Amino acid sequence: MKTLLGTKLGMTQYFNEDGTVVRCTVVQAGPCVVTQKKTVENDGYAATQIAYGDVKPKRLTKPVLGHFKKAGVAPKRHLVEVRGEDGLVVGDAITVEVFAPGDKVKVTGISKGKGFQGVIKRHGFGGGPGYHGAHFHRAPGSIGSSADPSRVYPGSRLPGHMGNVRVTQTGLTVVKTDPDKNLVMVKGAIPGSTGSLVVIRG
Amino acid sequence: MGAIEEFERAQLRQDIPDFKSGDTLRVHFKVVEGSRERIQVFQGFCIRKQGQGARETFTVRKQSFGVGVERTFPLHSPKIEKIEVAAIGDVARAKLYYLREKLGKKARVKEKRM
Repeated sequence: MKTLLGTKLGMTQYFNEDGTVVRCTVVQAGPCVVTQKKTVENDGYAATQIAYGDVKPKRLTKPVLGHFKKAGVAPKRHLVEVRGEDGLVVGDAITVEVFAPGDKVKVTGISKGKGFQGVIKRHGFGGGPGYHGAHFHRAPGSIGSSADPSRVYPGSRLPGHMGNVRVTQTGLTVVKTDPDKNLVMVKGAIPGSTGSLVVIRG
Repeated sequence: MGAIEEFERAQLRQDIPDFKSGDTLRVHFKVVEGSRERIQVFQGFCIRKQGQGARETFTVRKQSFGVGVERTFPLHSPKIEKIEVAAIGDVARAKLYYLREKLGKKARVKEKRM
């Protein structure tokens, strides 16, 4: 399992050798550094904690700074844990070289917040006709039965807050990497806004 | 300069002539038929240019057997063999969508007198 943390820079496109256009997302990825190894004996499960992003040490609390000091690495902005064994040791650096063009990856990020949305945008309901005297337009319609059960079943698709949740987009392909500038280009779109933290997993 | 601008700048073609909406263009476009490749010429008025950097596109409109045909090309596409500017148009707009509703003689662009 190859994991890399990065910042979404935005989308662009380039021309293939045959002239077709490839739309891709550019991610400033890594370098990440291993800050802690969790083991079955010590913690009950195996995992690797990796850190990414420069930060001024005064922005972090003393307990967090102490955690980095123990690992012997410079303080970083983000800490993420990756489950499973991978043979890395504390202090190891992970760069974009773990990925090569053609690799299938998953990208996880926090989706853009959409605020409070109705059922048409949030759940894809069809809605009613806009004209011909209809009074049913964007309302959800029936949300259940009557006196029995006398309640709305949990999980009913209703209006509410949409977006700003952790989303994983699977089945993406790495199309280009740039080890000098620490860039990974992924075909298609990935979750989140420009500048947000994303996790690329191979 | 951001990484994306830098990446797009590397793809820009330097051999594209300067033109704008209203100009008459001859676009030599590579067409692949099976294993053969040939050049197809699309001639008409440029009615739109949009986008920046490597994503810039332009639209050419022509009348073909009485039917209006529009085709949009990526400006920096390697499939474009060359672009010839056949005439410079005298127009007052950047987007010439009004040509779509015009027929016959009215669907023309005045040529700029030098």
